[in-house]
Amino acid sequence: MNQNWIEDFSWVDLIINVLRVGIIVLVIVGSFNTLASGRFTGEQWLSLVVSGLAQGSIYALIALGYTLVYGILLMINFAHGEVYMAGAFTAYFLADYFNRTGFLNNYPLLAIPLLILFAGFISMMVAILLERVAYRPLRNSPRLVPLITAIGASFFLQYTFRGFYGSGFKSYPTIDILSGSIPGTNVPLNQVVVFIFALVLMLGLYWLVEHTRLGKAMRAVSEDKEVSSLMGIDIDRIIVLTFAIGGALAGAAGVINGLYRPQGVNFFMGFIPGIKAFTAAVLGGIGNIIGAMLGGLFLGVIEAVGPNLVLAGLGVPGANQLKDVIAFTMLVLVLIFRPQGILGERLAEKKA
Amino acid sequence: MNEKNSGISDLIPNVVRTGLLVGLVIVYVSVIGMVETFNERDVIRDWVTMGQLLIFMPAIVGGFLLTRRRLKAGSELGLTLLGGLVVGIISSVPVVLLVLVASWIDVGEIFVNVNRDLMEILTFDNDSPLLGALMTAGFITLAAIVGMLVMFIPERYRQALLTAVGVTLGVGVMAELVTLVLRQFVSRDFIDVFFRRDELKLNGALTVFGISLALSLLWSFYGATIRERYTTLPSRQQRNVERGGFTALGILLLVLPWILGAFLSNVTNSIGLYILMGLGLNIAIGLAGLLDLGYVTNFAVGAYVMGVLTSTGPLGVGEQLGIDFLNFWLVLPIAVLCAMFTGFIFAVPVLRMRGDYLAIATLGFGEIIGKLAVSDALSPIIGGAQGVLFIPSPMISIPFTDITLEFSDPQMLYYVILGACALALFVSIRLNNSRTGRQWMSIREDEDVAQAMGIDTARSKLLAFTLSAATGGLAGAIFAAQVDSVFPNSFRVLVSINVLSLIIVGGMGSVPGIVLGAVVLIGLPELLREFSEYRLLLYGILLVFMMTSRPEGFIPSRVHRRELKQDDPPDSPPAEDADSPTLNPA
Repeated sequence: MNQNWIEDFSWVDLIINVLRVGIIVLVIVGSFNTLASGRFTGEQWLSLVVSGLAQGSIYALIALGYTLVYGILLMINFAHGEVYMAGAFTAYFLADYFNRTGFLNNYPLLAIPLLILFAGFISMMVAILLERVAYRPLRNSPRLVPLITAIGASFFLQYTFRGFYGSGFKSYPTIDILSGSIPGTNVPLNQVVVFIFALVLMLGLYWLVEHTRLGKAMRAVSEDKEVSSLMGIDIDRIIVLTFAIGGALAGAAGVINGLYRPQGVNFFMGFIPGIKAFTAAVLGGIGNIIGAMLGGLFLGVIEAVGPNLVLAGLGVPGANQLKDVIAFTMLVLVLIFRPQGILGERLAEKKA
Repeated sequence: MNEKNSGISDLIPNVVRTGLLVGLVIVYVSVIGMVETFNERDVIRDWVTMGQLLIFMPAIVGGFLLTRRRLKAGSELGLTLLGGLVVGIISSVPVVLLVLVASWIDVGEIFVNVNRDLMEILTFDNDSPLLGALMTAGFITLAAIVGMLVMFIPERYRQALLTAVGVTLGVGVMAELVTLVLRQFVSRDFIDVFFRRDELKLNGALTVFGISLALSLLWSFYGATIRERYTTLPSRQQRNVERGGFTALGILLLVLPWILGAFLSNVTNSIGLYILMGLGLNIAIGLAGLLDLGYVTNFAVGAYVMGVLTSTGPLGVGEQLGIDFLNFWLVLPIAVLCAMFTGFIFAVPVLRMRGDYLAIATLGFGEIIGKLAVSDALSPIIGGAQGVLFIPSPMISIPFTDITLEFSDPQMLYYVILGACALALFVSIRLNNSRTGRQWMSIREDEDVAQAMGIDTARSKLLAFTLSAATGGLAGAIFAAQVDSVFPNSFRVLVSINVLSLIIVGGMGSVPGIVLGAVVLIGLPELLREFSEYRLLLYGILLVFMMTSRPEGFIPSRVHRRELKQDDPPDSPPAEDADSPTLNPA
């Protein structure tokens, strides 16, 4: 491949390499400046990392939906962020009801799983509907067609839910027992709980995919559709189930997000987390389940730490406003330099 | 469809499915608030509102489509008639349920649009919800039957009738616009005969219906002869007729703002800007197949360059350096060049990507630019959330006189936009048939093959991105001068989605399609406030609908149409295509 590197050399490579070196230099200089100035204490860094992990576990849950669908259909389900929104937005009303009746604060360990189940169910329904109406007719069309459909579906869902529930922000109720911090540290309790909930769900999914018949069928379909249909696997059913599982996880993520950041849900809330979760999925290697989890956590941490570590060190004013810029830059950089992601080599060949 | 499908066993699922679908559509448009919003506009004063149209149209269409399918399948007449009736009854069930549930429990706390107003519409203001709901159900059934009966009218008369109904409803919906235009030509009293306070009266509606029915009947009888006479003309005369048509169109475009007046010229201006952007993005998406979702970046660059360089406010470069020669005309090419440059810079890293990854990466670029524009980091230069203010309008001082033409009002600015559109149209049409254009199309169809045929794909794609950025920058620069100020809010991802939608609806790669797409998708929401609220919802539906049933667009480009005709039917086994990189393996 590189026996003749002078012949293979092109100016596109040159520019990309200059970009690569430039970014590495910027990151090193920025981090060095920040660390040398001693602006933050170790404890502050720790709390940044923990909040990053909490946020990242939400990205990871959404990213799983992207990865599952991509693994099987080789298609970016651009509307997945809206599936997440649908669950979170709808479950708000149940959470509000629980809160008014006092159920939420009296039996939080019962109420929260119920909320998660409800949101998961709603999102699952939306995902199944989406697959049926928008994606199934397009199974064999050129690749850009389902993507454009997905964009359309995404806006359709956003504005449908705006029509349903109005355009204002709705705030999830705060739960009393979650609103402290872990004794002896300044790590907020709710971030830890969020992380644990997400971890449990992810482990559940991992078990499902690796150790059940359904999981085996899903893996087989993602490997080769025709052969697995010859082996007696009902492809359509597996695809629907994949959408359903991804949707349910996204809905759960919606409720978990509501618990962690009660500043509100609205119809537009799914767009940015959707893109970020996609970033996480690509980061970990799209189609790879462990990869999506790691990618989500990694992205969350980078997003929390990055502005303070790199941008502040470079003297950028208002660095924390640029959180999203860091995330999207990560997206673009991963797509440019390592589209196969950290772990996923398998599918990279197939999509090339 | 074979004759086995014509029996009752096939009819029942068919009817139930159609009926439920229609019913759910009616409930859906009610719950999301469309009916209520649309109800504020009367199509025919005191007779029909747009909201009622929205409720009954699905039933009419459902009855029509079902009947058509049954007749095609060779179903018995009696069964078909019964089917139409049952569709109407089934489709009103969900509506009745909605009314009953809403009158029973307070759904409005969750579904904000299920409120008293909606109930009034759905029950015809009846005190008893059940009675009212049944009334609505009766009307919905009636509508389905009307839809069914339309199918039985002989084809020629049916077409004329549908055209006439369409024209009447169009005039009714657009009554505000129609009266606005009419007022420039005829007296107020004359308008008042047919319209009242911007709404079509019943006699007006009947007049419009009668005239358009007569005209379309005439056309249906004599249209074929006229067309035949035209095609048998010698080719030179045909060309003359064509030339005459184009000249008339040109003159119309030149005098258009003075016919339409200032308010409507604003609408044409935004249509014009979107035509510009559509033509630009079409180079990337339609010709080269590069799905660029960050197109708003170019628009933003053009606008900000224009803003920062010409502004007379504190951010203006001219103010800061104490120079005053930076005017619109000088900065316009600079803005375009800057947009081309950023287009180029953003294109290089994504050259190796394909399809969906490219789309997401460009979306990422768009979001990055958007966030940077709002952030404090760049606010000393481009104003952050406060934006750039005091951008002067373009001016021309005519030599040897003291007259200075200022393009500040929409009617004057129209000409700047018209000029830009004409330029972009010219370039687009020429590119379509050029060597470069063909290279792009071959890349769109199959990049590997294109490369194997000796096309420098990297160079070709860069050119596509850069040229498409140039047009976007041009639109942005004009936009900045048009609105006097640039705010980061104007450059959200929604702009890219708008442009994408109009390209998809018109037809990828088709220049007339884009013009039509812009006129409909941008013009309609600007004219009808009701539409603008549901604009993105409708765009979303349109994108899904177009992709699933008409991927080539409403006015497909010639090349595209030819390709699609050659293609196998979509449900043929894709085994042969499995290793083509642009197709998903089955």
